[in-house]
Amino acid sequence: MPPLLCRISLIRCSLRSVQLEFTSHGAGDFSYVGIDAILEQMRRKAMKQGFELNIMIVGQSGLGKSTLMNTLFKSKVSRKSVVSTPEERIPKTIEIKSISHDIEEKGVRMKLTVIDTPGFGDHINNENCWQPIMKFINDQYEQYLQEEINIDRKKRIPDSRVHCCMYFIPPTGHCLRPLDVEFMSRLSKVVNIVPVIAKADTLTLEERDFFKQTIREGLRANGIDVYPQKEFDEDADDRMINDKIREMIPFAVVGSNQEYQVNGKRLLGRKTKWGTIEVENIAHCEFAHLRDLLIRTHMQNIKDITSSIHYEVYRVRRLNETNGQPNAQPPNTLVNPQQANGVAAQHQVLTHEM
Amino acid sequence: MAATEIARQAGEGARAVPLAGHVGFDSMPDQLVNKSVNHGFCFNILCVGETGLGKSTLMDTLFNTKFEGEPTQHNQPGVQLKSNTYELQESNVRLKLTVVNTVGFGDQINKEDSYKSIVEFIDTQFEAYLQEELKIKRTLHSYHDTRIHACLYFIAPTGHSLKSLDLVTMKKLDSKVNIIPIIAKSDAISKSELTKFKIKITSELVSNGVQIYQFPTDDETVAEINSTMNGHLPFAVVGSTEEVKIGNKMVKARQYPWGTVQVENENHCDFVKLREMLIRVNMEDLREQTHTRHYELYRRCKLEEMGFKDTDPDCKPFSLQETYEAKRNEFMGDLQKKEEEMRQMFVQRVKEKEAELKEAEKELHEKFDRLKKLHQDEKKKLEDKKKSLDDELNGFKQKKTAAELLQSQAQQAGGSTTLKRDKERKNFF
Repeated sequence: MPPLLCRISLIRCSLRSVQLEFTSHGAGDFSYVGIDAILEQMRRKAMKQGFELNIMIVGQSGLGKSTLMNTLFKSKVSRKSVVSTPEERIPKTIEIKSISHDIEEKGVRMKLTVIDTPGFGDHINNENCWQPIMKFINDQYEQYLQEEINIDRKKRIPDSRVHCCMYFIPPTGHCLRPLDVEFMSRLSKVVNIVPVIAKADTLTLEERDFFKQTIREGLRANGIDVYPQKEFDEDADDRMINDKIREMIPFAVVGSNQEYQVNGKRLLGRKTKWGTIEVENIAHCEFAHLRDLLIRTHMQNIKDITSSIHYEVYRVRRLNETNGQPNAQPPNTLVNPQQANGVAAQHQVLTHEM
Repeated sequence: MAATEIARQAGEGARAVPLAGHVGFDSMPDQLVNKSVNHGFCFNILCVGETGLGKSTLMDTLFNTKFEGEPTQHNQPGVQLKSNTYELQESNVRLKLTVVNTVGFGDQINKEDSYKSIVEFIDTQFEAYLQEELKIKRTLHSYHDTRIHACLYFIAPTGHSLKSLDLVTMKKLDSKVNIIPIIAKSDAISKSELTKFKIKITSELVSNGVQIYQFPTDDETVAEINSTMNGHLPFAVVGSTEEVKIGNKMVKARQYPWGTVQVENENHCDFVKLREMLIRVNMEDLREQTHTRHYELYRRCKLEEMGFKDTDPDCKPFSLQETYEAKRNEFMGDLQKKEEEMRQMFVQRVKEKEAELKEAEKELHEKFDRLKKLHQDEKKKLEDKKKSLDDELNGFKQKKTAAELLQSQAQQAGGSTTLKRDKERKNFF
């Protein structure tokens, strides 16, 4: 691509960092310029455009994934609610099913896409069960990249990239299984992984803490970076907040579709002979923390990390490989693990399989 | 490895699902806004207008600060653009404001090329952004966006109509940037003249097909105010940084012997309207229009110019990589052809030279042969002569010996008589 040279007749371009504080402001006050009205303008624009969120749920069958999705979004968003299967069958191969919903709350519209992976980890031989999932994620990146490098491109490129992948760990109480380690170490390089302990009502509080600790150690030992990743903390405040979250992952959650009467209030919960587990009670399970993290506080951050880090890494790799150059870049913490993991090789394997 | 099945359901038409309780994603706009606040905003204004129309003063008044710089002279040889960046902060919002001034616009005798440097500048900013976007390793989210978001075109307050320089410049700029025309130093025009002036300007703009920026009317909250403001374009403004005491307040105003023009009085000028529209209501929209309309147009033209297409003649989508590859192959092919040609030419030349040299050599040989032959002929001739001479000599010798023999015989026979005769002869002599 020949270099494009342009002559500019610019005689001075200087950056002045003039800090001018406006202490008082009001509509009629003449010293008020009104720059902060841009926040309102942005908010209006965002409300008009709406938001998109794509969540992928991965885990063995029977761990309560669909129920948890329905609980999280307080509506029937899971695959099972949409397509009524006459009998539960485990598909012979891993399928990827994605369903989109338009939900609205207080004027904020969101297009939520739930990507389900029935068949994961359910077979006798689970070798390479992560491959179709990796391929799906990379395909979404590829689709976005193609749209982006089009000459005539749309005003708003539809974002189908997977923002967050929730991995369900069965509540064994012991430690991470090889399948868990294998899957998470591969996928944490391409997508934000949020591990959760499913059906946590089978663990007592001590067992739960012990289990969490072993999981955290297992993650550390294998170099698995789950969300929120330590290296993407922006400043000290961020790090403080995220450290607190990191001490709590994986969240031990319980999902439920049914409401019961507890203390005069109708709450979501599971009723058993020895008591009722309240889903939103933080003394019972950590569902509320998960929901707050995912939806109320860190949703934008998750999307940002996907678009500015994971997608960029994919883009760099993709653009380099078509140039025929080996990926010889200066050591970059984001790029190096990619190579060591053999993700590039994976990608090529998958494309050949098509 | 078994093949995989990927099923996508409810593709485009996502179903609307009612919520049974409070989920909490209504905080999304807040999250987005917070992120933007942390990041900061940037806004770039270009002021185009003749020297002395009060551009710098208006900027100072708009943003309520004293941006540095003295008034420029009127003897600039060409139009140059001076760009200054300032960081302003109001409550918790940080704004990186870049003000670009045209220096020397309208001062030359021949103004045909005045618009060119402005168009070049705008294109350079687009180009810089395009280059950043096309880089392999890019940092778009921390990139300092220098694309011009709004262009304030200052119209001289003649009261009659637009100058031809204005028309030409605005026509060239309307597809590249959002143009907001304003009448500068409007305290020179009376109210009745002003309305006529505005009507004349708008009709001239329309008849010449100049597309100025229209404030957006699709969002209900601001549609009304925007549409009324659209009717007030171009804004007649007055700028002032001096403060005058009116009543018991200090207001920005210009003081004349016959009265005071208050900048923020809506009856006096449209300054408040301009500030409202430019900053308080439509700043985000200006930025969006720049990105989605003007920048996309520039990008499309640039990429098409470089030869990239979206679909080839068979209507199959081209990928940028394929086009790169194709172009690169083409380029390599060209290089190779050239190399071949050069090699051929070289071989040709060598052959020719060789032939020449051979010719020369042949000639030399011939000459040598000729000379040799000559030499041999000469030699033969001489030898012949020598031989003949030798023969003569031999013949003579033979004759001599024969004669001596005869003499000796004759001497023996009548030797003495001969001797006597000889002696007599001798005595005789």
